[in-house]
Amino acid sequence: MSDSTSLTPLFLSLQVAGISTFVVFITGLLAARILSRNTFFGKSFVESVLLLPLVLPPTVVGFGLLILLGKNGWIGKWLLEWFDIQIVFSLTGAVIASIVVSFPLMYQSAMAAFASIDRKLENAARTMGASGWRVFWTISFPLAWSGLLAGLVLSFARALGEFGATLMLAGYIPGKTDTLPVAIYFAVEAGQTEKASFWVIIIIALGLSITIWLQWWSRRNLNRYKSEK
Amino acid sequence: MLKRFVYSWAALLVLLVPLGCSSNHGENQLSAQQPAGQPSSARPDGAAPQPAEKAELIISAAASLTDAMNELKRSFESEHPTITLIYNFGSSGKLAQQIEQGAPADLFLSASKKDMDELQEKNQIIADSRIDFAKNALVLITSSSSPLNVSSFAEIDPARVQHFAIGEPESVPAGRYTKEVFENLKLWDKLKSKFVLSSDVRQVLTYVESGNADAGVVYSSDAIIAKNVRVLATAKPEWHKPIVYPAAIVATTAHAEAARDFLAYLTSEKGKEVLKKYGFQQVS
Repeated sequence: MSDSTSLTPLFLSLQVAGISTFVVFITGLLAARILSRNTFFGKSFVESVLLLPLVLPPTVVGFGLLILLGKNGWIGKWLLEWFDIQIVFSLTGAVIASIVVSFPLMYQSAMAAFASIDRKLENAARTMGASGWRVFWTISFPLAWSGLLAGLVLSFARALGEFGATLMLAGYIPGKTDTLPVAIYFAVEAGQTEKASFWVIIIIALGLSITIWLQWWSRRNLNRYKSEK
Repeated sequence: MLKRFVYSWAALLVLLVPLGCSSNHGENQLSAQQPAGQPSSARPDGAAPQPAEKAELIISAAASLTDAMNELKRSFESEHPTITLIYNFGSSGKLAQQIEQGAPADLFLSASKKDMDELQEKNQIIADSRIDFAKNALVLITSSSSPLNVSSFAEIDPARVQHFAIGEPESVPAGRYTKEVFENLKLWDKLKSKFVLSSDVRQVLTYVESGNADAGVVYSSDAIIAKNVRVLATAKPEWHKPIVYPAAIVATTAHAEAARDFLAYLTSEKGKEVLKKYGFQQVS
């Protein structure tokens, strides 16, 4: 396992899952906030579309993205012509695949978190003259935090484990787009058990350290809210 | 407190889920290939039920044979009304594994000599029934709209391709042959940074058809059924190990007679004609 086990897949995975989770956390939060507080024509259709990647097999999502973002795809063609950006076979492709696949998890969690808040508290704050923004940051967000955190963890985990759509869109280019699951898949296929086990141990260690950190972090935050009270 | 405890364990579980998923994914993909290609065992249209006992011949065949075998099924069954063919398509390695594990199969049509050899060593096939029935070739393809124009593998200019799709050489047989070709032509190292490695040949086709990869290497039998690709060149057979398709009757078969009938049909003029139509070559 000497030469072939550079740590690249680990760093690529962290990079992809990190960026993807950041984007998904913000967009999922916004989408959930907007959709939970507004009703409009075709809302349930929009919601269904947002949740679609959850029920589709990742390879289907990947194929769809390949058609859309490929060199001859609607969006891909335009990106290439105007910005000279090629998404397919790049790490950006892996990030986009992770975003699309993990978005429904964040959205769904945020939706549930906002729905569980007692609206009276928000209204009370508003009657006291707090702006919508202030109500969100001082009332809604802290109250929804545990649910949002669950969404964050879910999205990160999903992005870390994303394989099907990633392989389709980003391809397998050793040293460039081989995230952990992709590296594990090809190591297993080629019968390189030792290499595969190495990566499996890494991904388990990674998962454990994230949970431990998150536990510590959420406990610290909860304590802080308590002491502020 | 309890809530927090339960919660943190839920989070831990959630994190462990993708681990399971990522390894399962591969298996799922592979096992998915098998039932996917399996046609329903419907009888030929309009055929009256046969009074004689009907033999159901289960054929485990390499995925690359799918289209050719489905066409052969129609003509074979109309000529042999007492035999129904049931296909189980998959990668040759997986099929060999299944047979070894005792999966019901009467015939094995493999895309690789290696897998058949392994079964023969373990006496899982009837050795004297073994024949090589087809050959395949490697072709260099590009999308039909691509300006790329070369007439031989040796002419590929690494500077002019950005992404070159091939099968992953360690796990995909087509990739292994491709590597042999490029090593022979002293192009492997020069092209190395351009390669996008695929988990099977059909994925190479997708990448090239959609124009995302500038070029790719697939079997000639794959190129022939693809829509938007142009074949630029065929690799010379001496550049790689021969790509032969061996067939043999599985040792545990209960329908040896019917299996022999099918093997005879496969090597008959009609069989050769269909195989040729789908891009396979005759074994000399």
